[in-house]
Amino acid sequence: MLTKEQIAERIARELKDGMYVNLGIGIPTLVANYVPKGMTIILQSENGLLGMGPFPYEGEEDPDLINAGKQTITTLPGSSFFDSAMSFGMIRAGKVNLTVLGAMEVADNGDIANWKIPGKMVKGMGGAMDLVASAQNIIVAMQHTDKAGNSKLLPKCSLPITGLACVRKIVSDLGVFDINAQGFLLLETAPGVSVDYIKEKTLGRLQIADDVKEIQF
Amino acid sequence: MKKVYLSADEALHDVKDNMTIMLGGFGLCGIPENGIATLVKMGVKGLTCISNNAGVDDFGIGLMLQHHQVKKMISSYVGENAEFERQLLSGELEVELIPQGTLATRCMMSGYGIPAFYTPAGVGTEVANGKEIRNFNGKDYLMELAFDADFALVKAWKGDTMGNLIFKDTARNFNPMMAMAGKITVAEVEELLEPGVLDANQIHTPGIYVHRIFQGDQYKKKIEQRTVRKKS
Repeated sequence: MLTKEQIAERIARELKDGMYVNLGIGIPTLVANYVPKGMTIILQSENGLLGMGPFPYEGEEDPDLINAGKQTITTLPGSSFFDSAMSFGMIRAGKVNLTVLGAMEVADNGDIANWKIPGKMVKGMGGAMDLVASAQNIIVAMQHTDKAGNSKLLPKCSLPITGLACVRKIVSDLGVFDINAQGFLLLETAPGVSVDYIKEKTLGRLQIADDVKEIQF
Repeated sequence: MKKVYLSADEALHDVKDNMTIMLGGFGLCGIPENGIATLVKMGVKGLTCISNNAGVDDFGIGLMLQHHQVKKMISSYVGENAEFERQLLSGELEVELIPQGTLATRCMMSGYGIPAFYTPAGVGTEVANGKEIRNFNGKDYLMELAFDADFALVKAWKGDTMGNLIFKDTARNFNPMMAMAGKITVAEVEELLEPGVLDANQIHTPGIYVHRIFQGDQYKKKIEQRTVRKKS
């Protein structure tokens, strides 16, 4: 099974030079640590920054400069600031090439649920609904099952929906999946995880690619 | 023309109970600290607050929640606040959750004189309940209405006595949108300057949107998540 870092490392292989990328909170944020050397990726932070840099050095934090997770950050040469309306404007207009976010559930038609658990405290969708409704390409980083071992890759989401038919790819702790008209397509397995085990842990429609291979690190 | 006020107390003297107030900021970044302190001191109640977040327990809008001044919160994300959760669960507080881009655009459209717009955010979700859906080029969109507020409280880095504003870094966020949407927009700035000092090319919010301006003081600028790296 993949660690959170390995999920991020595998997702980073989907990056291409010059991409504008929005990384969600949690595992997606870690993707920034695995950008291949020599490749330029411009990170969009939806509170109003393109060209997000690393955390500041101790003592250099600026309360006016944070990311969407409210963490102190820095800019890079070539960064730009803008307001929240323009930020979601560029998202809606499809200018952001890739969105990586977490999910509680994904359905085999690409529906995603990641903002609300009925009966628990509702914190809000933040920018998630805007992002999933418009992103050109969405990759979900998630745990394949819940703590009890139940599949989170489903025929239909049971939790309130964040967006319809929008997820294109999933990297879970068990493998890499595309989503197409036939459901989930297993492309790669995590080291030491069998195809049969993935079949057992996936409730939605699942096909296995002819050339399914093990992820190499 | 009198736009300049001496303090938040003077600029907000006519805020009344049950009004709708917009407050700029993202988390605790770029929030109108002086304006919030004054609203707490005035003790106005029954407020509907439109703000991306609801502060933390002991800062930002959290201070107004502590004093039970907020009747309804319209936001995109309201985590990080235990008192908020308590009031919500006890039925004391109402909350309306709106996708973040929709929230920003609803404010902006008000300042652009456009009553409604279509967005794909929320199609197929509970956000779409009761809203008109229209299909453009094969994709469904929700109709969302522009909204305004009795008062919009925004925070800028620099401003001049004509009401022109410049924001700093990511403290800009919702402030320019909300500045456009206030029936009365009150801007607090770290530095209030004479006309002509700010480069007209660099103005983010033109003074026409700003009715009142004052120089704030004692900014605390609290940090929610202090993340740093060590010098190697």
